[in-house]
Amino acid sequence: MLKTAPIAFLVNKNNGTTMEKPQKMAIENLSVYYRNFRAIEEVNLPIYAQSITAIIGPSGCGKSTLLRALNRMNDLVPGSRTEGQVYLDGAPIYAPNVDVVEIRRRVGMVFQRPNPFPKSIYDNVAYGPRLLGIHQRHKLDEIVERALIAAALWDEVRDKLDQSGLSLSGGQQQRLCIARAIAIQPEVILMDEPASALDPIATLKIEELMQELKKAFTIVIVTHNMQQAARVSDYTAMMMLTDQAERSGTVIEFGETEQIFLNPKDKRTEDYVTGRFG
Amino acid sequence: MTRKTFEESMQKVKQDILRLGKMVEEATLKSVEALKQRDLAAAHAILEMDKQINQLRFDIEREIMLLIATQQPMARDLRFLASCFEIASELERMGDYAKGIAVINLRMGDQPLLKPLIDIPRMAEKATDMLERALQAFMEEDILTAQQIPLEDDEIDALYNQVYRELMTYIIAAPTTIERANYLLWAAHNLERMADRITNICERTIFIVTGKIEEMDVSYDELDEKK
Repeated sequence: MLKTAPIAFLVNKNNGTTMEKPQKMAIENLSVYYRNFRAIEEVNLPIYAQSITAIIGPSGCGKSTLLRALNRMNDLVPGSRTEGQVYLDGAPIYAPNVDVVEIRRRVGMVFQRPNPFPKSIYDNVAYGPRLLGIHQRHKLDEIVERALIAAALWDEVRDKLDQSGLSLSGGQQQRLCIARAIAIQPEVILMDEPASALDPIATLKIEELMQELKKAFTIVIVTHNMQQAARVSDYTAMMMLTDQAERSGTVIEFGETEQIFLNPKDKRTEDYVTGRFG
Repeated sequence: MTRKTFEESMQKVKQDILRLGKMVEEATLKSVEALKQRDLAAAHAILEMDKQINQLRFDIEREIMLLIATQQPMARDLRFLASCFEIASELERMGDYAKGIAVINLRMGDQPLLKPLIDIPRMAEKATDMLERALQAFMEEDILTAQQIPLEDDEIDALYNQVYRELMTYIIAAPTTIERANYLLWAAHNLERMADRITNICERTIFIVTGKIEEMDVSYDELDEKK
């Protein structure tokens, strides 16, 4: 069932290891429209398993739209329409009869601003598992503890699990949201500017956490912070508006992060990463 | 720790520098031993080792560039990475000196040594010993040791001068020996230069810790005083 994505040609062929990595997701000729406006155009991209893929590019080039297409979050925007396909483990997610809720369980999301529920720390993490029908206390206890440990928050909150999630610092709140996301055992975690509301130390903690998380999950991160993409990711997709009259965003270059930041192939990528864009 | 991954990457650079240093030590000792024994097969093997040394140097450079490009190293981290760039380059040049001695060996072909080698192997032993300790000081960021090692360069210079004087007496006695004497002088000169580069490594170690470049090359100061 595993589909060979047409993106393969975009990857640096000099590096054999890249080609052999399993693809968790594949984006194929994907265009997303908001009514008549085409936000992104014919994007092809592999998302490699147990890796961090960063999507970078100037404001308004469709980074978040592309990210939200990966768990059909765009469906929630009135007037949005999608062409092309996204595959998760080889199976199309834009297909009739696909259970969108199940897709969103398997492909979780962490947002720009930490958005814990106004509930206790415990209940924030237990929220998803309860929705999935887990109510036995000892099971929930175990899930909550494991998720908080994985999110590198356990040591800081173990003694105050019944306190409000909102009582935590910004960085802690974001890690709580990550714990909440991983409590339902997703396979892919989408992160939309997960550190842009945090101070530098809290940011570095999230980044270090991502290195731990990628051992178990596949991560896709959108960031306008190029340095952050450089620091954390294994692969980088560079997005840019097309030169046509109706400007929509597309991926102009994809490769190992090392290649994108040391030796970009596309002049526009080079201009962007060296700060000479625009 | 907030930058565990970055720290680990820097440790890897450090370990690779150490590995490069070990390869250079080995190449140096083997090149001199091959010369002493007039072992041409061993000399050829040094040329192969040099290729590996060059490759590792490029690999280290790449690792460092990648870290500079992606991790925004600042302050001590930046001094460390910039210094490693320099140290890798110094080690690679030392590898070239070892290769140079192997090339001399090969050029000599079937000509016998002008004299049995005594001081040249001593120079090699002293220089590799200094290199090993200089790299140890670099690993441990031990600036006291890094300041001491360059002082030992005088011993290398003294050995070099001894080789030089001895070879001159051969040349004066029998000018036809000039080519064979020159081969050995060349080999000794390579080892003398190697020791100078060890001083540079020590300077970089001090720079990493203090942020200051201290010129440690004592021999030139002495030369100035004599003028």
